[in-house]
Amino acid sequence: MSSRRPPVIGIQGLRKVYAEGTPAEVVALRGVDLQVAAGEFLAIMGPSGSGKSTMMNLLGCLDTPTAGSYRCDGVDVATLDASGRAQLRLEKIGFVFQGFHLLTRQTALENVMLPLGYAGIPVADRRERALAALGEVGLSDRARHRPSELSGGQQQRVAIARALINRPPILLADEPTGALDSRTGEEILALFKGLRDDGHTVVLITHDRHVAEHADRIVVMHDGELHPDGWTPEEVAA
Amino acid sequence: MKPTDILWTALGALRGNWLRSVLTALGVIIGIAAVIVMVSVGQGTQAELDRVIQNLGSNRIDIGSNFSRRGGVRGGAGSVFSLRSDDVDRLRESIPEIEFISGVVQGNAQLINAEQNWQTRWQGVEDDFFRINDWRLAEGEWIDEAAHAGARTQAMIGQTVREQLFGDLDPVGATIRVGRVPFTVSGVLAPKGQSNWGQDQDDVVFVPLETARRRLLGQVNLPPGTVMQIVVGVGRADDMEYAEARITEVLREGRRTAPGADDDFTVRNLSQIVSTRTQTTRLMSLLLGAVATISLIVGGIGIMNIMLVSVTERIREIGLRMAVGAGPRAIQQQFLAEAMLISLGGGLIGIVLGIGGSIAMGHFTTLPVQLNLQVIGLATAFSVATGLFFGFYPARKAARLDPIEALRHQG
Repeated sequence: MSSRRPPVIGIQGLRKVYAEGTPAEVVALRGVDLQVAAGEFLAIMGPSGSGKSTMMNLLGCLDTPTAGSYRCDGVDVATLDASGRAQLRLEKIGFVFQGFHLLTRQTALENVMLPLGYAGIPVADRRERALAALGEVGLSDRARHRPSELSGGQQQRVAIARALINRPPILLADEPTGALDSRTGEEILALFKGLRDDGHTVVLITHDRHVAEHADRIVVMHDGELHPDGWTPEEVAA
Repeated sequence: MKPTDILWTALGALRGNWLRSVLTALGVIIGIAAVIVMVSVGQGTQAELDRVIQNLGSNRIDIGSNFSRRGGVRGGAGSVFSLRSDDVDRLRESIPEIEFISGVVQGNAQLINAEQNWQTRWQGVEDDFFRINDWRLAEGEWIDEAAHAGARTQAMIGQTVREQLFGDLDPVGATIRVGRVPFTVSGVLAPKGQSNWGQDQDDVVFVPLETARRRLLGQVNLPPGTVMQIVVGVGRADDMEYAEARITEVLREGRRTAPGADDDFTVRNLSQIVSTRTQTTRLMSLLLGAVATISLIVGGIGIMNIMLVSVTERIREIGLRMAVGAGPRAIQQQFLAEAMLISLGGGLIGIVLGIGGSIAMGHFTTLPVQLNLQVIGLATAFSVATGLFFGFYPARKAARLDPIEALRHQG
């Protein structure tokens, strides 16, 4: 028995099969184990088709596994229905997407406030909290701007502020630098490191080794299986 | 999400596409406006019907002389008066359902009071007449029993006659001449206003039946005891049909009319005539009702159509909302709220247009119009119901989207 905190993400024997039992059957995950500790900055790296999108969907509670178990901050995801998973996403997970996914008609502040409405936070507190979150990502002076009036890097910062607003234990970033130039990408990654230092758990999903190397730990996905970093397909073949 | 959050989110989405929202609401706008005009006209008609029946005397049956056949020459209705005061007595004695009954004779005459004169209609009536027709006394007294029995020259005048002959002066006890015969004004009747046919009911002078027959009809050569019309008031509305049938029976017996032979009198139930007349208006209401129903259905389908388009257009937004923690319920509520706001907004515009339309209709047509608050409540409820009903399917479709596919959706 250890006195360490239980892992924020605990995955065992996770399998995902699409179109099971049909000729179009695809096995996306072949029994994956993964533990992510609180406050860790982990990168899941892999080429397209390796199953990392499936991994991301499962980690984000957007999808349910075919087999295996996933405990998200102590909650067994398999027991939840669509509403339950939505509630779990609300409380435990902040998403950062490659394409930012901001609502174009709303200001940066309104975009950041969005999850607070679903969390039932009183209107009076929402503005204050959203302004604080925008401050954390260095955009206090852009609160009234719409996404079209912001640069790509600024838009991604707004998205990160939105992901952080409910103080979720897990921050899930899917190719967060994919739509940014490399210098802006570096800034975003630096921001993630800062968040890690503040105690957030960050899971970064990318195909780019340069991006992945900013993380504390790298795991590699290949053909639906997860391997520690340093592993190459050639080694297996040998 | 709190209801206010849902409403604000929905309002924001609609404002972003306000022209489309207004166009979508058009069907509901027309439907609700039609409902309001329809109900206003319907209610106005009903109110007018009630008023007319009230004015006529609610349970009134009129008996008139039928045209007669003489050697193939057919006179118009009433060209020969076949009713007598004997008939009045016989009916009163034979039919207990009759509460009031009065023979009537009438004509036109010049009324004169000092320098004022006025051409009007006079009616010779019995005391019961005033009960049947619900006349009220404004000033003075009713013509008393003795005056009726003794054929005295007393008169009751209507408000119009009073204004024309007396102006501001006190008419009670004054002497007026009807044609060449002097009468004492016994009382003034409370005004009744225009009848359903646009006739001024207050432009009239009433005198005792027998007086009229002897003094005013003198120059017309009629058999003694003739009445031109018999007016009957039935005690209970339920007895109307029975009383009508009994009146025909009793009159035929009294005349020894052979079975199958034509009557020389007509029996009419006046409230039936009025309701026949209002059937045109009812038909109009029905047509408007059909327009309203169809508009609401078409409007509702329009809302459903646009909501389905909206769900497709905003798949990525829905995906994002789901990712940040919106459950199926919250998504469904949001789209339902949008559909409801469109139709409620349309309903409110429709209410304004409907009220305007009803007022215009009352102004430019002869249709009676009556607005009421219930209609507005009803219209609001209808529009909300339309939005809920037709918004349900698109909202459910949005709520059932797979968040992964919604997030990945291109376009």
